[in-house]
Amino acid sequence: MATIHVEIVSAEGAIYAGEAEMLFAPGVLGEIGIAPRHAPLLTYLKPGEVRVQPPGEEERFFFVTGGVLEVQPRLVTVLADSAARAEDLDEAAALAARERAREALEGGSGEIDLEQAQRELVEAEARYRAAEKLKGRR
Amino acid sequence: MAVGKEIRTKINSVKNTQKITRAMEMVAASKLRKTQDRMNAAKPYAESIRRVIGHLSQAGPDFHNAYLETREIRRVGYLVVTTDRGLCGSLNVNLFRALLNDISRWREQGIEADLCILGAKGLAFFRRLNTNIVSAATHLGDVPKVADLVGPIATMTGAYREGKIDRLFLAYNDFVNTMTQRPTISTLVPVEPVDAEDLQDHWDYIYEPDAAELLHNVLERYLEAQVYRGAVENVACEMASKMVAMKAATDNAGKFIDQLQLAYNKARQAAITQEISEIVGGAAAV
Repeated sequence: MATIHVEIVSAEGAIYAGEAEMLFAPGVLGEIGIAPRHAPLLTYLKPGEVRVQPPGEEERFFFVTGGVLEVQPRLVTVLADSAARAEDLDEAAALAARERAREALEGGSGEIDLEQAQRELVEAEARYRAAEKLKGRR
Repeated sequence: MAVGKEIRTKINSVKNTQKITRAMEMVAASKLRKTQDRMNAAKPYAESIRRVIGHLSQAGPDFHNAYLETREIRRVGYLVVTTDRGLCGSLNVNLFRALLNDISRWREQGIEADLCILGAKGLAFFRRLNTNIVSAATHLGDVPKVADLVGPIATMTGAYREGKIDRLFLAYNDFVNTMTQRPTISTLVPVEPVDAEDLQDHWDYIYEPDAAELLHNVLERYLEAQVYRGAVENVACEMASKMVAMKAATDNAGKFIDQLQLAYNKARQAAITQEISEIVGGAAAV
């Protein structure tokens, strides 16, 4: 039976590569099945399950939170998102990033202050040591 | 014999420091290898997505996608990738210098810049300056996650779509090799169109639902992949730079120990000589 090469990749690394008799993916317009010699297709995916049927092996399941499916004559590529994405989720993350900058600018964030304090401590120590040295020489 | 106790203490303290710097060097070396693997792992995704964009822009050259349009510049934005921790040589400082040069060049033309900072070092540096920081993310760790980057990226791409900024740059350190890291400022948006001539395959896709919507979706992912690559590369630079800095520190500590050892030996020899001459002098006096 004919097979098609399947690659599932995300921005953070390759997830799966191998031959398959059939691939199912949650397309944005509905579940789609890709058999060998499928016409070239480009669509994006909803969160759901990508199922790969390798020849003579058990079906493999992959969960994707979205992504892009690309079908070429001999190759299927699933560009999986590495992060769950939804409009409101993106919005929330954006707000959080903005908030962090504001906090830092107002001198609030504890971590940065800690770093500054450490720097000052090191400097003070160096001063102290230098002073000791000078005293010893006199 | 209580000669040169201070020197011996000093030698021991320098030896301890040397142990620490040597350990840090080795940790950085092993992390560098892992980060380089991660850089390579991100390549297939970036290449596939670039090819898809090429196909999409070929499919409809008259698409009006904000990310592809070049506008007149009234305000610019920078996504700045810096490290969270120090002790990595002049890595961050070099990037800051390049960036400040760039910003002041825009200022001369009356164009202001918005900054989005990734990494604690960058935030600590730029908050002391008169710059406009829009958003920030710190403590991304040695293994940056796309999920942590989505928020800061969304603030900048959102500002671009709303027309608040007309050009978005990515500032990060380019990993050339272990010895060389180059501060790089590259244009992120507008996205440079992929030359359709480069595409070797000549079929066209079936687009679901339609090419324009797909293009927008894919472009957003492309931008994220670009920033992610910048973040990973910056980590690789941090590790390489740290490795070199710590190696230099270890070598210097070694030299310092040699000097101290020499001083110690001299002091000891002087004390012995003095003692002998005292004994001889005493014997002669009897």
